[in-house]
Amino acid sequence: MQDNYQLAVLEKYNTSFNRKLHGPMFASGVEILQLNVGKRCNLSCKHCHVEAGNERKEMMPGDVLELCLEVIRGNRTITTIDITGGAPEMNSGIKVFIKEAAKLGRRLIVRSNLVILEDEDYADYANIYADNGIEIVSSLPDCNESRADRQRGAGFFRKFIRVAKRLNSMGYAKPGTGLLFNLVHNPVGAYLPASQKSLEQDYRTRLWKFHGIDFNTLYCLNNMPVGRYLDFLLASGNYDEYMQTLTDAFNPDTLKSVMCRTTVSVAWDGTLHDCDFNQMLGLRVSSSGHIENFDLKQLGNRPIVLHNHCYGCTAGTGSSCQGSLE
Amino acid sequence: MKQNYYEPGDLADFPNITEYAKEQGHKFFDYYMASTSAGKLNEREKALIAIAVAMTQSCPYCIDAYTNKCLSLGIGEDEMMEAVHVGAAMMAGITLAHSTQMRKIIKKKAL
Repeated sequence: MQDNYQLAVLEKYNTSFNRKLHGPMFASGVEILQLNVGKRCNLSCKHCHVEAGNERKEMMPGDVLELCLEVIRGNRTITTIDITGGAPEMNSGIKVFIKEAAKLGRRLIVRSNLVILEDEDYADYANIYADNGIEIVSSLPDCNESRADRQRGAGFFRKFIRVAKRLNSMGYAKPGTGLLFNLVHNPVGAYLPASQKSLEQDYRTRLWKFHGIDFNTLYCLNNMPVGRYLDFLLASGNYDEYMQTLTDAFNPDTLKSVMCRTTVSVAWDGTLHDCDFNQMLGLRVSSSGHIENFDLKQLGNRPIVLHNHCYGCTAGTGSSCQGSLE
Repeated sequence: MKQNYYEPGDLADFPNITEYAKEQGHKFFDYYMASTSAGKLNEREKALIAIAVAMTQSCPYCIDAYTNKCLSLGIGEDEMMEAVHVGAAMMAGITLAHSTQMRKIIKKKAL
């Protein structure tokens, strides 16, 4: 779906997020540099805001990855490097990037769908992740096989379980190893997730009881009305009701801790955005916002670009790439 | 203008039932929250009880609210349907159990 079409749909929503805020919202530093290293993916999930898939060609080239490393080296306030995609493993430059980034001693996260590690071309990533102390974050939308497969594709669940077991056997989510393995829950439909605490307890019980799998933390995310999920909402006639649900659940307390306050999101082409969702909607931090012009002072106090999809991060207890904001 | 006795949008009015009788209304919500939040039974178990009761009472607001609640809690469609069958079986059993009164009267009146 074209980003301008998505923006036009969001624009028509009758309760403007910008008006709800009564004024601009500003960043409060840059602690997280989130890199979307490409839109290519071995999966084509039904809710994907990136609309990632195997046919996508957009990939972060080596020179942009190198510029990101330079920015991180030069700015010690960036404490977290968050790598996402697409499937990050499908970017051929990412192995070198991980090894170099790991030397910088920052928190290093890779958002992996895990099932790609079953492919022999990418199987070595499990060791690369463990050797470099990577924190793995993986989507498991439901502990129910049919529901998880409905969102992420046939056969996903069983592959995920196999790879998760392998990661556990390598020390991931085991005490004393320092290897973190976090899961992401997002609803398989047009509704909001229950509390993170409640769902985490349920995931922990079910995954251990039925599959013998350990994980560290469950992050609960609201689905954002962007990309394929927006498409689904419109095609299924759920759009108005879902937007109303988000709006009814708007919680102004979340505004002080939403992720965009402390994050800069880098697109495959080096352009800078307030978050991965703004990236997919083509909303840049400014017309000159590019990694080659990265200015920490300016970005750390920039006005955030807001639109009606922002209801997604501010509903209920809030939602971010690190889960609920509780 | 097309109107129904039950409007989906009226579900959002539920918090306003305190209107005209604030004290009782607030006491009801305190009780409601205490009863439906996790206790010895967890949230999943309580949501399944609630959906079964919603069905037996044919309350469209409760069905809407608790179907969404069950989905949010990751409760499976099969688990929800099992809960509905518990409600249905209870209602059938309750109906049939009351036939005792009918059968007693039949037998008493018979020549």
